[in-house]
Amino acid sequence: MMADTRQRIVNRAVKEIQNGMNVNLGIGIPTLVANAIPTDYDVLLQSENGLLGIGPYPAEDAVDPDLINAGKETVTAVPGASFFDSAESFAMIRGGHIDLAILGGMEVSETGDLANWMIPGKMVKGMGGAMDLVVGAKRVVVVMEHVNKNGESKIKKQCELPLTGKGVVHRLITDLAVFDFTDEGMQLIELAEGVTLEEVKEKTAASFSVALTSFSKGLPPL
Amino acid sequence: MGKGKVWNSFEEAVAEIKDGDTLAVGGFGLCGIPEKSIAALVQRGTKDLTVVSNNCGVDDWGLGLLLANKQIKKMIASYVGENKIFEQQFLSGELEVELTPQGTLAERMRAGGAGIPGFYTATGVGTPIAEGKEVKVFDGKEYILEKGIVADFALVKAWKADKLGNLVFRKTSRNFNPLAAMAGKITIVEVEEIVEVGELDPDHIHTPGVFVQRVLLGGNYEKRIERLTVKKGDA
Repeated sequence: MMADTRQRIVNRAVKEIQNGMNVNLGIGIPTLVANAIPTDYDVLLQSENGLLGIGPYPAEDAVDPDLINAGKETVTAVPGASFFDSAESFAMIRGGHIDLAILGGMEVSETGDLANWMIPGKMVKGMGGAMDLVVGAKRVVVVMEHVNKNGESKIKKQCELPLTGKGVVHRLITDLAVFDFTDEGMQLIELAEGVTLEEVKEKTAASFSVALTSFSKGLPPL
Repeated sequence: MGKGKVWNSFEEAVAEIKDGDTLAVGGFGLCGIPEKSIAALVQRGTKDLTVVSNNCGVDDWGLGLLLANKQIKKMIASYVGENKIFEQQFLSGELEVELTPQGTLAERMRAGGAGIPGFYTATGVGTPIAEGKEVKVFDGKEYILEKGIVADFALVKAWKADKLGNLVFRKTSRNFNPLAAMAGKITIVEVEEIVEVGELDPDHIHTPGVFVQRVLLGGNYEKRIERLTVKKGDA
């Protein structure tokens, strides 16, 4: 993926984070969102392996092999952080105590199904904590490129890949647009700057209704 | 009292583990893994093991050593993507794999140790892992039945123990270790320091010694890092 495409998604995704939230960021693009969180926000980032309050990467002389994130990277803990075992960590996740999970995706369907853990024919690596996060977090936001390397829509009528969760996605952010999954179905709520509705329609296999606001079209709010 | 829990030899501590036994093993990636017990088990060559652990190490460290030595028959894990030998053995049919979502795996170990044979969770509903599992509806929402896990032995790494087996873990190396300790019929714990009874503050004990049968002092922990990441400018 182009760096600017990724940055565009990150810049939009960080707006999902509100001051005071407890947030879980998945591996990949979601991890990059951490660096974009306003510094005056009190946000605690959760790591499935057993840390609430992930800090920045450590200085070279402060690396601690006993302190890693869910991506197995060495990290630090912020003041106010807590450590716990994996059952308690997933009690937090499954029990609805995490306000927001931002996760990567391979495919999303028009009913909010998510596939992000397995490609048939390739070696299965495992789902890790993704299946727990999508059913447990209060709000699930998926970030991904709108189309794959062959230019095909990753937003489908139905997912072709094995599911991570059924009807679990609240919002989808791509490099072209933002969609919400509501009782009325999938709705286009924002277009990225310079992107037309025609382009999004052409590159989206799923059916969606259009619910753009003047703000979401990139114009100043009324 | 309790003095009997401290063992001196890893070789002896793992000697009763039989071919075909089920082991619950603590650790997340290579963080908080029972390095010394794994090494002793590799030495001993015990085979056909079913291993319950979040991951399966890397090719040349952690549970990857047992895999390379063809001692594992079945793996119950949530993520096994760091290991090429795993892939080879899985594709050739030598190794059986039961993928379990991470939170479900943690709860299965906790439940097994807590005397709970099964529980319902929304995790995995509508996905391949729900296939063949009982579905029950609570308040209009679907849940699937997952079973608790009891292991013949548990291999655990803690930071400190007292001679009664009360355990204290350090930072994120706690991860699955307290749950493995609960799930094991016989729990073998290795630590970096053993202190006298009474030296640990009872308010600071993470795992009570009742879950622990054997405590061993390990030394010179390698604590390999899978992904070294440092602040920019320090790299």
